[in-house]
Amino acid sequence: MAKSETNTRLREGARGTKPSKAWSRRNIFIYGTLLVAAIYYLLPLYVMVVTSLKGMPEIRMGNVFGPPMEITFQPWVKAWSEACTGINCDGLSRGFWNSVQILIPSVTISIAVAAVNGYALANWRFKGAEVFFTILIIGAFIPYQIMIYPIVIILRELGLYGGLWGLVMVHTIFGMPILTLLFRNYFASIPEELFKAARVDGAGFWGIFFKIMLPMALPIIVVAIILQVTGIWNDFLFGVIYTKPDLYPMTVQLNNIVNSVQGVKEYNVNMAATLLTGLVPLVIYFFSGKLFVRGIAAGAVKG
Amino acid sequence: MAATQQPRPAWLKNMSAKLASIPMVFTALVIFVGCTLWTVYYSFTNSKLLPNSNFVGLDQYTRLWETNRWLVSVENLVIYGVCSLILSLVLGFLLAALLDQKIRFENTFRSIFLYPFALSFIVTGLVWQWILNPEYGVQHLVRQLGWTSFTFDPLYNADIVIYGILIAGIWQGSGLIMCIMLAGLRGIDSEIWKAARVDGIPTWKTYLWVVIPMMKPVFITALVLIASGIVKVYDLVVAQTSGGPGIASEVPAKYVYDKMFQAQNLGQGFAASTMMLLSVVVILIPWAYLQFGGKRRG
Repeated sequence: MAKSETNTRLREGARGTKPSKAWSRRNIFIYGTLLVAAIYYLLPLYVMVVTSLKGMPEIRMGNVFGPPMEITFQPWVKAWSEACTGINCDGLSRGFWNSVQILIPSVTISIAVAAVNGYALANWRFKGAEVFFTILIIGAFIPYQIMIYPIVIILRELGLYGGLWGLVMVHTIFGMPILTLLFRNYFASIPEELFKAARVDGAGFWGIFFKIMLPMALPIIVVAIILQVTGIWNDFLFGVIYTKPDLYPMTVQLNNIVNSVQGVKEYNVNMAATLLTGLVPLVIYFFSGKLFVRGIAAGAVKG
Repeated sequence: MAATQQPRPAWLKNMSAKLASIPMVFTALVIFVGCTLWTVYYSFTNSKLLPNSNFVGLDQYTRLWETNRWLVSVENLVIYGVCSLILSLVLGFLLAALLDQKIRFENTFRSIFLYPFALSFIVTGLVWQWILNPEYGVQHLVRQLGWTSFTFDPLYNADIVIYGILIAGIWQGSGLIMCIMLAGLRGIDSEIWKAARVDGIPTWKTYLWVVIPMMKPVFITALVLIASGIVKVYDLVVAQTSGGPGIASEVPAKYVYDKMFQAQNLGQGFAASTMMLLSVVVILIPWAYLQFGGKRRG
């Protein structure tokens, strides 16, 4: 990220239209407003970090914005391995591993299914395919609330309700509109000659998919992974409905730890736990840069 | 596959593609259409713990609109919706316009404005719950600075609690709108700016009368995005206030969840979720008309 920054600066130096004074009124207004906005956006991250590094006595004395006088990592340790939800006191680590366990099959299966679907829609159109696709896209706008109960019944009939695979199925279903759209548009942009040549050479549906399309789809797969990892990691509603307490994902467990009514509130532990939960999508965000933006620009359709 | 020489029946053609599309067809028909119709159908019954087929007509809906908690939820959603729509659009456009001035550190600023979008509503809600904590947070800080009678405790004041949630919601979501707006601004032909400059039109006037009207599709997309997100607001409220104080920050999505999975009053949950669907349909139809009707003409 820092690298691309210097790049822009270099480029700007070269092609800037007309040199203007650095401290013009216009510049002060622009940078001033941007800085004020940046403070609003950065404040919560800062507060999370400093609070999680303070001891409880210090928190009771000061305000949330003060930097820590004595840095302690105790809250982090406690949030990770000792924080209680109800009678369980093994910390957020359980939620973390649950989330990982949910994440890996959900991301893999939803992307695999959507890639094949998108491919079929782009290259092997059959009668009625567009109708289903339209329903799929419109379905992305339907509030989940109207579908959650019948899905409970379906999962119960299949014997998947409350377990890991039920949730994986739900994530696959609700990830499908956006991911299918993503893959369909991507495959449709690949020159048709390539597809036709492979057909002439005798390759079939799966042959073309695995030998030609999939290797070319790598960039869009990365975008889809970013989209799904952040989306599924941040999910709360499906986790709380379709899993049992011992399989609750991290977000649900975090909410239960912080908003539990029993005991003394340990704000530093709470903030350490919050930060821990936010860390996975944040790391993805800061490392993926432009791709993340592309992912959400595509995901924007999902709303 | 290509080796088959004899003619095959039409439905067998393209069989692999049809098999591969089963998940899509299942999702579209069984989940999106089927489950939605199922819920709408059962919203006319008096289902309690389990769904049953005792039809009671519009009883659930009459009861729904007589329930204080639902009315509070809808009112909250309207306030939250209108405010977050306006604020997100204004803030998103303003930030995008500022970032579009060939400034330094554009990438840094953009990253800062957008990172909250990577975080979940649970994290968002919990952080702002802590910042707005009257004992330690903003109120405490301002009092320490000397204004001892300063009060700002939105999460504990039933009249303004929804604005406390709004602050957090805007923080999380406006970066996305900024991003969309920025893409829209970058799509504007630079010739237009040159022409405006030649004519001596001030920058702000160009934005107001030339650029914004040109960005109508971008605004509409942003509008639909924000609107369809607003109806789903749930996790944020659960994390930040749990609907409190009392029922002051309840929202429809939470009403649905609580009725279905906690109060064992399925009928109410079904009716409430059908109302949610209805509100989305009301938003979506004009948009689809504008979007796709417009394209056909073009």
